[in-house]
Amino acid sequence: MNDTMGRYRTVIGHRLFWPAAVLVVMLAANTIYRPGFLSIELKDGHLYGTPIDILRLSAPLILVALGMTLVISTGGIDLSVGSLCAISGAIACMYISKQPDQNSLGVVLTALAMALGVSLVLGAWNGVLVAVIGIQPIIATLILMVAGRGLAQLITEGQIITINSEPYRAIGLGHMLTLPLAIFIALAAALLVAAFTRRTALGMIIESVGGNAEASRLAGIRSGRIVFLVYVLSAGCAAIAGFMMTANVSSADGNAAGLWVELDAILAVVIGGTSLAGGRFFLSGTIIGALIIQTLTTTVYAMDISPQTSLLFKAVVVIAVCLIQAPAFRARFARRRRNAPPPATIADKPKEQVPA
Amino acid sequence: MTTGSLTAGRTRFRLPKRQIPVLATLVLLLVMYGIGVSQYTAFSNVQVIFNVFIDNGFLLVVAVGMTFVILTGGIDLSVGSVVAMTAMVSAALLKDGMPAALVLVIALLIGPTLGLLMGCAIHFFEIQPFIVTLAGMFFARGMCTFISGASIPITDGFWTSMSQERIGDPQGNFVSISVLIAFVVVAVAAYVLAYTRLGRNVYAIGGNPQSALLMGLPLGRTRIAVYTISGLCSAIGGILLSFYTLSGAPLIAVGMELDVIAAVVIGGTVLTGGAGYIFGTVLGVLVLGVIQTLITFDGSLNSWWTKIVIGSLLFAFILLQRLIGIRYK
Repeated sequence: MNDTMGRYRTVIGHRLFWPAAVLVVMLAANTIYRPGFLSIELKDGHLYGTPIDILRLSAPLILVALGMTLVISTGGIDLSVGSLCAISGAIACMYISKQPDQNSLGVVLTALAMALGVSLVLGAWNGVLVAVIGIQPIIATLILMVAGRGLAQLITEGQIITINSEPYRAIGLGHMLTLPLAIFIALAAALLVAAFTRRTALGMIIESVGGNAEASRLAGIRSGRIVFLVYVLSAGCAAIAGFMMTANVSSADGNAAGLWVELDAILAVVIGGTSLAGGRFFLSGTIIGALIIQTLTTTVYAMDISPQTSLLFKAVVVIAVCLIQAPAFRARFARRRRNAPPPATIADKPKEQVPA
Repeated sequence: MTTGSLTAGRTRFRLPKRQIPVLATLVLLLVMYGIGVSQYTAFSNVQVIFNVFIDNGFLLVVAVGMTFVILTGGIDLSVGSVVAMTAMVSAALLKDGMPAALVLVIALLIGPTLGLLMGCAIHFFEIQPFIVTLAGMFFARGMCTFISGASIPITDGFWTSMSQERIGDPQGNFVSISVLIAFVVVAVAAYVLAYTRLGRNVYAIGGNPQSALLMGLPLGRTRIAVYTISGLCSAIGGILLSFYTLSGAPLIAVGMELDVIAAVVIGGTVLTGGAGYIFGTVLGVLVLGVIQTLITFDGSLNSWWTKIVIGSLLFAFILLQRLIGIRYK
C-alpha cells in the first residue's frame, strides 16, 4: 500500500507528468468528439491525418520555443522572436521574388543565408543590449519587438510578398520519408540543442548563469558570453521558424507573420516546467508545451470555433497548468484540510534563492 | 530605492538624478513640437495639441494604470484586451436596450474584477505577472469575439452626446469630454501616488519587496490593488474608446499594451519598479501622440515608421536611464 502510494507520488511529482497528462486528455477529448481524429492515412507516399498536421504546424513553435527555453533559463526573456520571424521571412521572400528563376535551389539557399545572417545580427544586437550594456531583457527585446515589425514592413514595403518557389515552399510543406519536412527540421534542431546542452557542460553553464550570473562569473564562467550566445541562438531559431511560416503560405506579410508567437513560445516553455526566474530548463517539457498549444489550436479549429475565441480556451489552459505547477498552489491545496495560515511569501524572489 | 520626496530637499542645486529621464522626455517633446512647428505652418495651431489629447485620451488613462503596475515592478499585458472587452460589453449591452447608466456601472466593474483576480493569482500563487496577465489578455480578447465576431455600432443617446460634445473657446478650438475625464484620472492618480499611503507603498514595494515586507508594509494588499487599479483604468479607457469610436470591435486595441508600456518607459518609469512619475507617463503618451501627428503631417512617411521611431526612442531612453545609473536588476 505504502509502496504503491510512493510510486504514485513519484509519477505525479514528475515534472513532465502534468503537461503530458494535459496533452493526453486533450487528445482523448478530441477522439471522443471526433472518432476519426487519430486516424492517419497514407496517400501518394505521404502520411496524412490530424496528428501529422499538429506535428507539422507545431514545428515553428517548437523551434522558437527551443531558443526561448535557453533564453529563459538564463533568467532572460526574448520578446522579439515574433518580429524576427517576420523579418527573416520578409527578407527571404523579398530576395526570391526579385530573382528571375524562383525555383533555383541556389537562389533559395542565398535567400535563406541572407535572412539567417540578418536575424543573427539582430540577435547579437539583443545579446549586446542584455549582456554588455546590461539592460533588463524584457525591455531590451521589447525594442526589437516594436521596431522589428516596422522593419519587416519596411522590407516588404507594406505589401504582402507572394513568391512561387518550389524549394522554398518545401521548407513548410515538403515531405521526406512520408513525413513533412518541417517535423524533421524541428526534430533536428531539438536534438542539436539537446546534444549541445545536455551532452556537454554548456547546459549546466547556462543554468548556472541563470541561477546567479555574478556567482558564475566569479566561478570562472564568462556569463556575458553565454547570455549573448543564447540571444543569438534564439534569433537563429526564430529565423528558421520564420522561413517555415512564410513557406507554409508562400508569402511574407510583415504585419501578420509570427504575430503572438513570442507569447505562445513563452507559454510553451512555462507549461513545460521551466521557471521564468531562470536557473533550470527542460527541453522535453518545452516540446510537450508547444504540442499542447498546437493541439489546442487545432482542436478549436476542428470544433468550428472562431480562432479568436480559441484564446479563451488558451487562457483557461494556461492558468490551469500554471496553477498546478505553482508550488504555492500545491502547498495550499495540500494544506487545505489542516486549514493552515497562508505563507507570507514574496512572488518575485531574488535570484540568489533560485536553485541552480 | 528611497522615495522621491526624500531626495528632493537635498539636491536643491543639482539636477536630481531620478528626474533626468522625465526632463529628457520633456525636452524631446518640446524639440519634436518645435520641429513640427518649423516644418508645417498648420502645426502651431492650438487645435493640433488638443487633437493629440483627443486621439490619445484613452491611451493616457490606460498608461496611468500601467504606471502603477510597473512602479511595483510588475507588468500588465492584459490592458489592450480589457479595453476592447469593455468597449465590446458596453456596445453589446446598449444594443440590447439596457439603460446607459447601468451599462456604465457594469462595464466599469468588469475590468477591476479581472484585475483583482489576476492580482490574487500573482500574489497568492506566486505565478509571474507576465504569465498571469498574458492569460488575462487571452481571456479578455477571447471574450470579445465570444460576444460578437463583428463590430457593434453604438447609437445610444448618452454615448453619442458624450462623443460629440465639444468644450472649447470662441475661436473654435475644442476638446472632448474624454480628455477632461482623462485629466481627472491623471490628477487622481498623481495625488494617490504622491500623497497617500497606498502610493508610498507602491514605490516602496517596487524599490525592494523584501525590505517593504520587513518594514511591515501590506505587500499583498498593495500588489493586488495595483492590478485592480490597472484594470479600472483599462475599463475607463475602454469606455473612452467607445465614446471615441462609437462602436465596439473585437479586434480594436490589439497591441495597445506595447504602446502603453513604451509610453510609460519613455516617460521615465523604470521597469524594475520603484522610480517614476505620473507626469512622466503623460509626457510619454504625448511623445507617442506627437510622433503620430508628425507622420500624418508629413504624408510621405508610412505608418510603419511610427513603430521604428518608437523602438528607437525606447532604446534611447533605456540607454539614458542606464547611463545616469538608475539601478537595474
